[in-house]
Amino acid sequence: MIKLPEPIEDVVVNLLRLANTKLPEDIGWAMEAASGWEQNDIAYTQLGAIMDNVKKAEHVGRPMCQDTGIPVFYVRGKFDSSIGKDISRAVERATRDIPLRPNTVDPITRENCGSNLGPGMPIIHYLPTDDDFTEITVLPKGAGSENMTRLAMLNPADGVEGIKKFIIDSVLDAGGRPCPPTIVGVGIGGTSDVCVAMAKEALLIPLDEENPDPVLRQMEEDIFVVLNGSGLGPMGLGGSTTSLGVRIRKCACHTASLPVAVNIGCWATRRASARITGDGVTYSQGVKF
Amino acid sequence: MHIRALDYVKEGKAVPADIDGSVLFHCGPIMVQREDGSWAVIAAGPTTSARMNKLEPEFIRKFHIRAIIGKGGMSKDTAEAMKECGCVYLAATGGAAISLAEGLRKCVGQEWLDLGMAEAMWRFDAEKFGPLVVAIDAKGNSLYDKVNASLVRP
Repeated sequence: MIKLPEPIEDVVVNLLRLANTKLPEDIGWAMEAASGWEQNDIAYTQLGAIMDNVKKAEHVGRPMCQDTGIPVFYVRGKFDSSIGKDISRAVERATRDIPLRPNTVDPITRENCGSNLGPGMPIIHYLPTDDDFTEITVLPKGAGSENMTRLAMLNPADGVEGIKKFIIDSVLDAGGRPCPPTIVGVGIGGTSDVCVAMAKEALLIPLDEENPDPVLRQMEEDIFVVLNGSGLGPMGLGGSTTSLGVRIRKCACHTASLPVAVNIGCWATRRASARITGDGVTYSQGVKF
Repeated sequence: MHIRALDYVKEGKAVPADIDGSVLFHCGPIMVQREDGSWAVIAAGPTTSARMNKLEPEFIRKFHIRAIIGKGGMSKDTAEAMKECGCVYLAATGGAAISLAEGLRKCVGQEWLDLGMAEAMWRFDAEKFGPLVVAIDAKGNSLYDKVNASLVRP
């Protein structure tokens, strides 16, 4: 375990504040670039309203979107099992102090506990490694985009074209509901559960980081071109800015399976990481994932 | 809020605030209560309107809603009820919660906080609220249908 320069709880509150109030730079750049070539008047107005809102949110230090989501955490490196309790306390405090919207409810009674906690919350993925740091990443995930998630257990014979078709259909069928321009997270392979988890993790990969796999890179580009040529546009109101990027992750799968999952990130795909070493804490909004 | 309001109507009870003929904003805002008990709006962008599709036609007819502000559009059944009641659907920019909150000048009431902050009924006075796009007009013409009909798929 690493000797901590400051309490984990404080670091996680800082992370939630950073993620919710400041859009990652790579997404901001992609939005500005898109706005430069957008010809549709309504689309141009939507992109302008988004960028204006992003500036204001950062300036006043308040959440850029009222749906501050479900806080999904990824903890990597070396850590104690007690870190989950620290993160829970931080979520409760951040909900009160930032403030975040209390979003978590019982799935049946729909009762809201008011603290963004409750059974199974917050969601924490633990990824222990031998590195000499503790890294905590948060991905606050809003419901508008999360509700558009799809999983397909394709036939291996469907191949690359089948995969691309499923991804494109998933995004276009979602229309304006996930708040386009979106970031499209994709998982290919694994088992059904791992596939969906990969699709969400893919949203953590910065847009300016090249996919090291040339086949996946080509697929990302092909899908990106089709989506932005579809005419769906920002908020589904028409235009040429439907997606800001497509990010694909893969892992091995059963010879008889071809799982593909799509997890869409709204334009406000919020992420922030803190890397804690003996020397201090480094915050970032685009770590290698 | 929709479910409870319609349950009230079913049971013959009056909803606690006069919402007849009002503008409905699909939004679960972030609100903070001030020391004097009044409420300040922190962030208030539109939520996905399709979630209200099942309840909205009846809601529009019962409460004579004149405009719905939301995102992503609504069903044919809802557009039909809108047509009957002279209601339009205005698309707000999803996620533009700080800018839109600036247009909600004053919170004038809140009901059913037991439903949670996101699902309660909040009432506001609004001014210079937007930008908004008429996405479904009172004759049933839908920009979403137009965009969907001309979508280019490979």
